[in-house]
Amino acid sequence: MIRIERRLEQPRWLAVAVPVGSLVAAFVVMTIVLLVTHHAPLHTFWRLIVTGFGSTFALNSTFVAATPLIFTGLCASVAFRMNLFNIGGEGQLYMGAILGAAAGIALGNHSGWLSVPAMIAAGLVGGAAFALIPGVLRAYLSTNEIIVSLMLNYVAALVIDYLIFDSLSYWRDTSTPSAKVFPQGKVLPDAATWPVLHVGGLELPLGLLLGLAVAVLVWVLYSRTKFGFEVRVIGDSPRAATYAGMRTRRKILAVMALSGAIAGLGGASQDGDFRHTLDPRGLTAAGYGYAGIVIAALARYNPFAVCLVAFLLGGLQNAGYALQGADFPSGLVGVLQGLILFCVLGGELLMRYRITLDRRSRSAEPAT
Amino acid sequence: MILAAGINDSIVVVVLASAVVYGTPLLYAALGELLAERSGVLNLGVEGMMLVGAVMGFWADLKTGSPGVAFLVAALSGALLSLIHAFLVVTLRANQIVSGLALTIFAGAAGLSSYLANDLNVADHPARHPFNSFLPHGWRTAPVVGPILFDQSAIVYLSWILVVAVAFYLGRTRPGLNLRAVGEAPAAADAMGINVAAYRYVHTLLGGALAGLGGAVFTLWITPQWQDGITGGAGWIAIALVIFAFWRPLLCIVGAYFFGAFSGIPFTFQARGILQGVPPELFQSLPYVMTIVVLVVVSSAGARRRIGAPAALGRPYVREER
Repeated sequence: MIRIERRLEQPRWLAVAVPVGSLVAAFVVMTIVLLVTHHAPLHTFWRLIVTGFGSTFALNSTFVAATPLIFTGLCASVAFRMNLFNIGGEGQLYMGAILGAAAGIALGNHSGWLSVPAMIAAGLVGGAAFALIPGVLRAYLSTNEIIVSLMLNYVAALVIDYLIFDSLSYWRDTSTPSAKVFPQGKVLPDAATWPVLHVGGLELPLGLLLGLAVAVLVWVLYSRTKFGFEVRVIGDSPRAATYAGMRTRRKILAVMALSGAIAGLGGASQDGDFRHTLDPRGLTAAGYGYAGIVIAALARYNPFAVCLVAFLLGGLQNAGYALQGADFPSGLVGVLQGLILFCVLGGELLMRYRITLDRRSRSAEPAT
Repeated sequence: MILAAGINDSIVVVVLASAVVYGTPLLYAALGELLAERSGVLNLGVEGMMLVGAVMGFWADLKTGSPGVAFLVAALSGALLSLIHAFLVVTLRANQIVSGLALTIFAGAAGLSSYLANDLNVADHPARHPFNSFLPHGWRTAPVVGPILFDQSAIVYLSWILVVAVAFYLGRTRPGLNLRAVGEAPAAADAMGINVAAYRYVHTLLGGALAGLGGAVFTLWITPQWQDGITGGAGWIAIALVIFAFWRPLLCIVGAYFFGAFSGIPFTFQARGILQGVPPELFQSLPYVMTIVVLVVVSSAGARRRIGAPAALGRPYVREER
């Protein structure tokens, strides 16, 4: 009979062994999936690794893929840490991209010293405002924030569609006859293109550096300030927080706004760093927000771990896109992400509980 | 007869008929989620299970040509996915919210469902079976009730039977009573000799099977073909629907057709050229916006006295730690 007991203390080696073991387990399961569906597992994994991390070019592409994931991963982990399940990172990123693009178009003929900070601010505001809808509803009417924030993802995607495909909005390019027939966003002026830091052959986009900076700020905020302490108490025990006189309602609003702002900054970075236009198809197809949830859970809501996991998953996604074709299974990266997450969730049990095999049944003995 | 045709062509009747059509997948998925939540297991993986049910059911239909087999395969694949969730949250006591989200990401539009669709090569095929109404012509063309109630497929009538069956099961049978005990007070149920884990497993699996069926309703009857992400958030609306229905099966049917109407309106209005000046995105956002509005109304009413929600919803049951 299997017995599961709660561990009183967690050995240090487990904190490393369990995540590694979970990853291995996920790849084992994935191997089985690939074999069952007649794909060569080792070949597939090898191509994923080489295309994701194997060269300077691969690394630069992985930075591009990882940048939005850092933002959405931080977005989810900031909120999840307080048991506030904001899964609207996707829509908040779109809103940041919309306002960021507007700022870029409006201020593009000024210098970059004005337009780039304006885009950053616009992205932050767009994401925060959109996240405050589920935030306010949760804080004042205790409406389920999971469903509201998710429904708003669909609404935000429709807003982008409307701006580019079904209206003559400020964001839509109508300058040429072909642009009138095939709708597309206005291309941002050069001054609205975010700078890139060159280190050797590596190209670090401004968004990536901002994402790392946000991770540091989040870490300081959550582990070194009274605000962060209260957020963690509310997350672990809302009742204790109420008895201690913490203002739960204000924290919900603040954390949702922070969470949305981070995702919105990711949206602005999409405009400024990579796409240079409001790109409805590209943004909605990428699923950055949902991947962010996976990343936050894998990183166990630790901001530095979020950056690391985002880099690894970004590499996988980058390889997945690069390899997509007749001989490379589509949807594979999503399946792999899900499997990793399941295995890590299962592995959590090993962190918290000790499993022992018993010959005789203990059900007759009194519970300890 | 001509009069009847006139009425049956009116926009109100057409919208109501489409409400039943688009409400049906919601109804299946919501009934399934209701069973799982009544046992205390919140499963946010409905969208993913629906999508995999949709693709597997469609594939089985292409292969075998038997709609019965197709729905069976859809239900089985939904149940199989929910088994992952059940194992993680019941046996391994993982966080139900995170595990459910993981299930949707794993199985959803960019995951297993599209992997399978690609691998089984089901895109660009039309479904083999039109599920037409089998009722007498006179019934189907009857004014008002004809198109809304009688000109529907067997899938719709099966869902009505299911609603009654679930209501009867919960309210009038011993296992149903046990199920409610497991969801409300697992420790007390355990003391009564009810196997809490078994009840949670079984009803999570039933929930997955019904979600798979609901997904297959899209690919086998409504669309009827496969495209990536075909459910378009229906799984999430179904989860909201359970809250809206206060965890009561009979209220699920009202809610399903209410949300079904808003899901059908964009297509109906577009086909008829109604309100052409209004951007289509406005109609398309209706189901999502209405879900939020209804949820706000329900939660502000329900917050005062937690109506309906099983007391142990979302909490793992550990005998040693009660």
